Amino acid sequence: MRTQLEKIKSEVKEALNKVKSLEEVNELKVKYLGKKGELTQVLRGMGQLVPEERPIIGQLANEIRDELNKVLDEQVKKIKKIEQEQKLNLETIDVTLPGKQFLKGTKHPLSLVIEEAKQIFMGLGFQIAEGPEIETDYYNFEALNLPKDHPARDMQDTFYITSDVVLRTHTSPVQVRSMESLTPEVPVKIICPGKVYRKDDDATHSPMFHQIEGLVIDMGIRMSDLKGVLLAFVQQMFGPDRKIRFRPSYFPFTEPSAEVDVSCGICKGDGCKACSYTGWLEILGSGMVHPNVLKYGGYDPTKVKGFAFGMGVERIAMLKYNINDMRLFFENDIRFLRQF
Amino acid sequence: MRVSFKWLKEYVDIDISPEELAEKLTNTGVAVENVEYLNKGIENVVIGEVLEAVKHPNAEKLSLCQVTTDGKNRFQVVCGAPNVRAGQKVPFALVGAVLPGNVKIKKAKLRGTESQGMICSALELGINEDSLNPEQKEGILVLDDSATLGTSIIDYLGLDDCVLEFDLTPNRSDCLSVINIAREVAAILGKEVKLPYVRFKEIDKTTEKVAQVEIKDPDLCHRYVAKVVEGVEIKPSPQWLQHKLRCAGMRPINNVVDITNYVLMEMGQPLHAFDYDFLREGKIIVRKAHKNEKIITLDGNERNLTDEMLLITDPEKAVAIAGVMGGLNSEVTEKTTTVLIESAYFNPVNVRRTSTALGLRSEASIRFEKGINIETVVDAVNRAAQLLQDLAGGRVLKGVVDNYPNPIKRTIVELELNKVNDILGTNIKHDRIKEILKSLNFIVREEKENAITVEVPPYRTDVSIPEDLIEEVARIDGYNNIPTTLPFSATSKGQKTLEQKLRDKIMDIMTARGLSEVINFSFINKTNFDKLLFSEEDERRNAISVINPLSEEQGYMRTTLLPGLLDTLRRNIYRRNENLGIFELGKVYLPKGFPEKSTLPEEKWTLGIAVRGTLVSHWQNKGTVVDFYYLKGIIEDLLIQLKLNSIEFKPCKDNPSYHPGRTAYIYVEDELLGILGELHPQVADNYGLPQRNYVAELDVEVLLKLGHGPFMLKQLPKYPAVNRDLAIVVKDEIPASDLLKVISEVGGKLLVDIEVFDLYKGNQIPQGYKSIAFSLIFQAEDRTLTDKEINDIHEKIHKALADKFKASLRA
Ligand SMILES: [Zn+2]
Repeated sequence: MRTQLEKIKSEVKEALNKVKSLEEVNELKVKYLGKKGELTQVLRGMGQLVPEERPIIGQLANEIRDELNKVLDEQVKKIKKIEQEQKLNLETIDVTLPGKQFLKGTKHPLSLVIEEAKQIFMGLGFQIAEGPEIETDYYNFEALNLPKDHPARDMQDTFYITSDVVLRTHTSPVQVRSMESLTPEVPVKIICPGKVYRKDDDATHSPMFHQIEGLVIDMGIRMSDLKGVLLAFVQQMFGPDRKIRFRPSYFPFTEPSAEVDVSCGICKGDGCKACSYTGWLEILGSGMVHPNVLKYGGYDPTKVKGFAFGMGVERIAMLKYNINDMRLFFENDIRFLRQF
Repeated sequence: MRVSFKWLKEYVDIDISPEELAEKLTNTGVAVENVEYLNKGIENVVIGEVLEAVKHPNAEKLSLCQVTTDGKNRFQVVCGAPNVRAGQKVPFALVGAVLPGNVKIKKAKLRGTESQGMICSALELGINEDSLNPEQKEGILVLDDSATLGTSIIDYLGLDDCVLEFDLTPNRSDCLSVINIAREVAAILGKEVKLPYVRFKEIDKTTEKVAQVEIKDPDLCHRYVAKVVEGVEIKPSPQWLQHKLRCAGMRPINNVVDITNYVLMEMGQPLHAFDYDFLREGKIIVRKAHKNEKIITLDGNERNLTDEMLLITDPEKAVAIAGVMGGLNSEVTEKTTTVLIESAYFNPVNVRRTSTALGLRSEASIRFEKGINIETVVDAVNRAAQLLQDLAGGRVLKGVVDNYPNPIKRTIVELELNKVNDILGTNIKHDRIKEILKSLNFIVREEKENAITVEVPPYRTDVSIPEDLIEEVARIDGYNNIPTTLPFSATSKGQKTLEQKLRDKIMDIMTARGLSEVINFSFINKTNFDKLLFSEEDERRNAISVINPLSEEQGYMRTTLLPGLLDTLRRNIYRRNENLGIFELGKVYLPKGFPEKSTLPEEKWTLGIAVRGTLVSHWQNKGTVVDFYYLKGIIEDLLIQLKLNSIEFKPCKDNPSYHPGRTAYIYVEDELLGILGELHPQVADNYGLPQRNYVAELDVEVLLKLGHGPFMLKQLPKYPAVNRDLAIVVKDEIPASDLLKVISEVGGKLLVDIEVFDLYKGNQIPQGYKSIAFSLIFQAEDRTLTDKEINDIHEKIHKALADKFKASLRA
């Protein structure tokens, strides 16, 4: 019997080397270990053994069965692994083909710049004001210290709707409108983004463009505060390493007035083609609110002071995104828009 | 304003380079735009004389010339200029010379003849085109007979100079004068100004004897000074004077005219020289024009005048438009011997109105309209007299006629010294403030502990209030010295208004749905209304017009976003971007009684959408072809995200720009929100668009009004939902919304959701009918529904559909 058992063991082991599929392993299992399997058959013959031999043979038989089960199981695992590998191999795809596209829309670069400016100024405590684009001569000029026949009206070529109504040439009329609605409250801290119109059309001018106006009125406001607020804005909009420079200028509604330059981001101020080798780029006009304008807005210029600034959104977007032609903003080429 | 650097140096000692000066001036508020060097690379060009000029043997248009540069040597030169003649003094580029643009002159053979150099034109020498007369633009530059042979042309024409090109702000019109710029330079550099020494002999005869001035409108002419000079010889001005005028971009004409221009540039005072012999009785009358009066101005144009315009006249005729331009009838010509020089102060507003009305701007008018220095009116006429004596051999009559009825006092401003630092945030010492003001020729009349009274120099017409003085101090002290601080006021974070937040949200939803934002011009061409098939009575034709548009294309303010959107589609399609999803969130402009009944028109925020083509295509599938339901899905999503209730889409057949069978009005809580649909094929054609475009227009104000604020969470259901399908066959014309309405009504509270999941028309059902299938979801909040309950409701729904719409169940 012992030899029979040993024979079964070696037979199974030998057979296992040849099997390739799970079915074959199962067949082996049934053939040797199943209810009618060879090992079972052998064990059924135990009764014929002498009593002393039974436990010894029984133990041997169990050992062989366990061992056979173990090797069979191992073989099953091995085959399963191979089969899975083969299956996965068949499932190989070209991972270099492009992925699914999700339709994504984009906001216009001018909207992005306006939104960013809004966020920066809201962080500094400004509210967002709005006003009409079709505006009276009074708010667009007169209340900004630009009476009829003032030579400085030439600075802005105006579109007229009637002799007394214009397309606003700047967002500054919102200054007076805001003051009127807020007086005598202080502080006034508003910005007003919006469309403005001037009779101009070339690569650097568009008859319609966008501005952001800013106005602060409070007791004890100084020109140095204007510098501080604009520096904070510029560094958040363009980067913390940027500097600003004030140059004397003239606007009828501010006195003193300043043109503000930001240091060139390309050459870091050393001078390059983009900044005409000056190291500086002009970005906005500003100044202390003219006493007459405060009066028009209903504030007493001996008690409160203010500053105001106005910037071209297109100009900022051009600098920020390296856009070289004003017309791109309004042609709305989808290949342009989708880059933002 | 363009000024010769050398000329400027005559009045103030400048010991820095032109570029350094330009930077300093710019940083203190008198911006220099550009420094232009006049010698643009000339080498070896000298004055030569044309000894001989004959026709070239082999070329009709060329001349064969002999040129000498010292009277002895001879160069054979082929010249193509039509004006070359023997005896002329000319700029001659020797072999080896260099001209602007790095043009090197070499020995050459032209039509078989050797040419040893070149006779130059003014343009070839790089001379400013504005300063040339037409003849000088075409031919060679002919020099004065007195020019010395062999002299470098650079020395002769003064090309070793540069021009400062100023970009002046309108308040600094005082700097339209070289002397006033010199004053500014002196203040910046801490130097003194050297004014020209004006001296001349006068004959015994007085100006008063031969000339009279009567001012009929003292409000429009505050001062009028005349001086007469006899025996002038009209000839070209000397080179040094011509050079200064050329630098200024002015064309030298003759000595008398050039002298008036010279004084205008030097002192900022416009002068006019009349030929005295054409002034009747030597009498000047300053008066308004008569209605329909006409005058031919120096430029040869006849001008129609209005009775608002001020004229210079003699007893019988108009001789000049005051402050704008002289008349042809009294112009200085070669035959003139006696001139009357006018130096006046005209009302700035009136000059501005006249010059604007006539479309005529001159060097004089741009100065008068900004206000000149009324105190130097006499100085200017004397300066002219001196130059007429020196350069035209004139005999100057004694004295002037000075009609100055109401002398103007100088402006006085009181300045609290502390205010300077209060406004600037600086710490400038009081002494420094006074020092700066004095350097700019402000006179401190009175000094108190903390305040000074300042007299403003008469040429600084822009200064009248303390803030103006503060700016003067700040700019000379340096804007860079102003520190950087933040406002005192407590910082609370700013907030957007509800409307602003709503617009942001709309943009977010639109972009999340794959649409790109566009921004179109607010103005449109009125032809769009025809292209959009608007009826004659359509309210939207009533657009606000721009009086002075750049072009007809931009003549009207848009009353609809469609033209901009459709033009954008077309522009993109032309560039082969055919699959498009765009939106614009912008205003339309509606008169609403403007201008008769309201001060301003209404500006209404509107959302416009346009989609077309195949979107999201991919190699795995062909993509989604945009159709009505694609656009409707976007809008439904928008309305759901904005938490709008009671949304209804109703078929729309009456909007002329839309496809009558594929368009719907959108209602929210019974209010019209907008419209969506397929663009009418004819409209698409009119805009050059290939077929099937889908557009929508929504009223943002309605969204704002009906959009609900914070919403309440619906509790998640605790009991299971049961899904039942219902497929029916009904007449095709019955809209799905009617069916859904009935199902929903009958289903009641337990029917929590309905979805259309299939639509079929075809062979298996009768013609004119459709099969439509709904998926119904039943659920109760408080229990699990039984089959019987659901079957009952289902049955009721079916019955209601059968009753109302003659619907039959489809197996
Ligand atoms: Zn740079």
